Amino acid sequence: MTFRSIALAAVLVLAGGAAFAQGGKVTVVTSFSKDVTDPLKKAFEKATPGTTLEVQNRNTNAGVKFVEETKANNQVDLFWASAPDAFEVLKAKKLLAPYKPKATGIAEKVGSYPVNDKDGFYVGFAASGYGIMWNERYVKANKLPTPKEWQDLAQAPYFDHVSISAPSRSGTTHLTIETILQGEGWAKGWRTIKEIAGNLRQVTDRSFGVPENVNSGQVGYGIVIDFFAFSSQGAGFPVKFVYPSVTTLVPANIGVIANAPNKAGAEAFIEFLLSPAGQEALLEPTIRRLPVRPETYAKAPADYPNPFKDKNLQGLLTFDAGLSEKRNEAVDVLFDQLVTFQLEPLKAATKSLHELDAALAKKDNAQARALAKEARDLIAAMPITDTEAASPEIRQAFTGGKQKTARQAELEQQWAAFAKEKYTAAKAKADEGLKLAR
Amino acid sequence: MAIAVTPLPTHRSTGAALLALAIGLFLAAFLVVPVATVVYVAFTEKGGGGFTLVNFLDFARTDLFVRSFWNSIYVSAMTVLWSSAFALPLAYLTTRFEFRGAGLVQTLGFLPLIMPPFVGAVAMQLLFGRNGTVNLLLDEYLGFKIGFMEGLNGVIFLQAIHYFPFILVNLSAALRNIDRSMEEAAQNLGSHGLRLFRRIAFPLALPGYVAGASLVFVKVFDDVASPLLLNVKEMLAPQAYLRITSIGIDDPMGYVIAVVLIAIAVVTMWGSAQVLKGKDYATTQRGGGGLARRPLTGRQSVLAYALVLLILALVLAPHVGLLLLSFATVWSFSPLPDGFTLAHYARVLGDSSVYITNTLLYSSLAAAIDVALGGAIAYLVLRTRLPGRSMLDWGAGAALAVPGVVLGIGYLRAFYGVKLPDGTPLAALWIMIVLAIAIRRLPYALRAAYAALQQISVSLEEAAENLGATRSRTVRRIVIPLMTGGLLAGFVTSFATAAVELSAVLMLVQNNSDAPLSYGLYVLMQTPAGRGAGAALGVIAVIIVAVCMGLSQLAAGRSQRARGLDL
Repeated sequence: MTFRSIALAAVLVLAGGAAFAQGGKVTVVTSFSKDVTDPLKKAFEKATPGTTLEVQNRNTNAGVKFVEETKANNQVDLFWASAPDAFEVLKAKKLLAPYKPKATGIAEKVGSYPVNDKDGFYVGFAASGYGIMWNERYVKANKLPTPKEWQDLAQAPYFDHVSISAPSRSGTTHLTIETILQGEGWAKGWRTIKEIAGNLRQVTDRSFGVPENVNSGQVGYGIVIDFFAFSSQGAGFPVKFVYPSVTTLVPANIGVIANAPNKAGAEAFIEFLLSPAGQEALLEPTIRRLPVRPETYAKAPADYPNPFKDKNLQGLLTFDAGLSEKRNEAVDVLFDQLVTFQLEPLKAATKSLHELDAALAKKDNAQARALAKEARDLIAAMPITDTEAASPEIRQAFTGGKQKTARQAELEQQWAAFAKEKYTAAKAKADEGLKLAR
Repeated sequence: MAIAVTPLPTHRSTGAALLALAIGLFLAAFLVVPVATVVYVAFTEKGGGGFTLVNFLDFARTDLFVRSFWNSIYVSAMTVLWSSAFALPLAYLTTRFEFRGAGLVQTLGFLPLIMPPFVGAVAMQLLFGRNGTVNLLLDEYLGFKIGFMEGLNGVIFLQAIHYFPFILVNLSAALRNIDRSMEEAAQNLGSHGLRLFRRIAFPLALPGYVAGASLVFVKVFDDVASPLLLNVKEMLAPQAYLRITSIGIDDPMGYVIAVVLIAIAVVTMWGSAQVLKGKDYATTQRGGGGLARRPLTGRQSVLAYALVLLILALVLAPHVGLLLLSFATVWSFSPLPDGFTLAHYARVLGDSSVYITNTLLYSSLAAAIDVALGGAIAYLVLRTRLPGRSMLDWGAGAALAVPGVVLGIGYLRAFYGVKLPDGTPLAALWIMIVLAIAIRRLPYALRAAYAALQQISVSLEEAAENLGATRSRTVRRIVIPLMTGGLLAGFVTSFATAAVELSAVLMLVQNNSDAPLSYGLYVLMQTPAGRGAGAALGVIAVIIVAVCMGLSQLAAGRSQRARGLDL
């Protein structure tokens, strides 16, 4: 039995032993897919003969953990990913080395976000915008509307058809949530988020889970980053995409790891990404990121979005990165406790409200209308204010500092209980209104 | 543990003690220490270093965790029921009756265990999802849909299909080991049909069933992939996974849950030993001695084939989906793909041969380690009186519950600082991937070896020793040949599941040339254009494993027959 396989294994050991040792190797840990890294790797290796780019593909979280756990004997030169918050974590743990790129002609800002880290620890090389993607067959079969704005997703027809990834699991979703909160203010922003969340079919734990489900027709609409939709179209899936008029542009970044074994090579790769050739490579159909070098757009296809020209990509607010960082964990945990793990009661209340609205549209009733408003306010209620979210007491509950007043687990339990109670009460109000309105 | 079996006297046990020590050291180095470097966080308060149990109190006071705990218990228990319903008929019919194609049924029935990560999920959604093939057809012709993949029941459905082979393999091995004269005696006394199965065959095969069922229970309890694919997060293992792998949320609760998972696994293993305690399952004569397999009458065999085909159709549906997906151009919101193509295979075969070689190498090495360790541990526990021997058993069993990502992080933490002479970190060597996989899959081989040994009567060994054979000669010439069926079952299970292991691998892979197939699959599945190629790679993985299984079964059958035993 096993002898056969042991023999096989022995042969294979002999065959596959020597695969190490080459000069000029640049090792990069990235969350970007092969479609993105392969063309850039080829172009880079061609531009700098004698250098090879070793790509280690890991999702953002695993990548951060990997760099953290291996710091004692670091073998990685670069960290390359979308989510700025991952870079913030690496920076806070002193795992990045500062580097100021020499390239000129790079924009300071794309949309409302600064391209580079203010402390110089990581560099933006491209941007992407958030929007709504949908499956045309699904939408047609269920006779659903075509969305244009975020608010559309909160309307009754979209109930149970929308998908998003959790901000705690996806840095880019986190930025979208944070942008809504900064744009509309804490209270109103959360109201909008929860109104959309009431229509969610699912909250996925991977960013790619959303386009995957839209592509296979398991959900109708997904809140996704643009290149997911474009590359899905490229692969032939019957999907469409729209940027809402207020969209968020998020930078994709790269940073040099502290104590990189091949620092010079790492810096050469960053310079390559920012060079005209590197920026043009971003226009390729499988990559489709927005370059940070404005002149590159002259070479882009006709319908290519241009954040330096297009009105809807200019961004209406100045993004406050400091504020975002202060309440980073609070916002993630709030979303998880109020939406992800309370989706059932939230959806039940939302469903009743949609029914009540429909009944009121047929026959108005002032008392029922008041109940609907009460129910909406209950759903929108927040356990903490924005000042509290950024306060040292709450922040240190997540980091384990001395000023905390409760442990993270205690806060989570309080917030979850708060949400559950409010959603249940909201459903009761809506049901009461529904009786009156009928 | 079969108490009626008298352990052999202890006087010649120096060799056994040394063996136990070596295994203990191995487990300590590659399981206990790496896991401890990660999990100790559960016993400290965040920010402060001191020992505390307050996190466990928080666990009990958090509704979400308590709810997740009961959900996990419910899902695991129900999965055991459903898996048994799938496995019992297949195992009984193919081992105790004249059933043409029994070998094929056994091999096919094993395939569900090899579900490639990610792409298997997509295939399942396309078949059974809300807008999958089945529901689209139901909706069109009958006007309703069935929520196969909704909520906890969806998880049970998926898990039962996925894990029932654990019961099938172990129970079949046990049924084959029963002395046929037992059944004959019962038949002569007028027992037949279900009663014969209930009163004679099943009780004698109980060690195999319990081995399989306990594996299913623990595995489902600790599984992350299936619940998350259905977006069910309110179960314990997904909660641990989400917390441990979210960046920035550096919270002890994830590790607290990991400790709870490990505890549940150990308790389950202990409980399954209790079920078998005080009874003797050993028969002195092996399966070859009795009458040939029983024939089925005409009506019976029609029924039997219908049942077997129905079960196979259900449990192999995901693989059919996978196959379709690998040939599909675009498949979206339609019962069948829009068109078919070979392009995905062309793309995969071009650049994936290194993944395939690595997978074969890693899985066979890991499975060989597992069978050796599992067999040795089972022998030490059941046949010696070494103090603390059951610690080995529980330690190895606990490996089942260690989340893959925890093991991966533990390996990095424990071995990355250790430098080889040329400066490469120890953890960067591919052999570490093999060890991590071996540790993760050890419980499978261990359960199988355990069940096999429980069915061997100790009097055979005593006879050998009375005739002057040394202990090691007895083990070599008597115990190991008699255990071959069980060890083979263990090897096959470890090998096949090792081939699709991802979570620990993802942490440990350092460069593409060392990556196994599951990593290649993961990379492909992150892009829309990689879906078909991922499915093609998944199909290749399944075929490789199936071929290897078939070959090893053939080889084992031949060596068994050469020894005059009938497998």
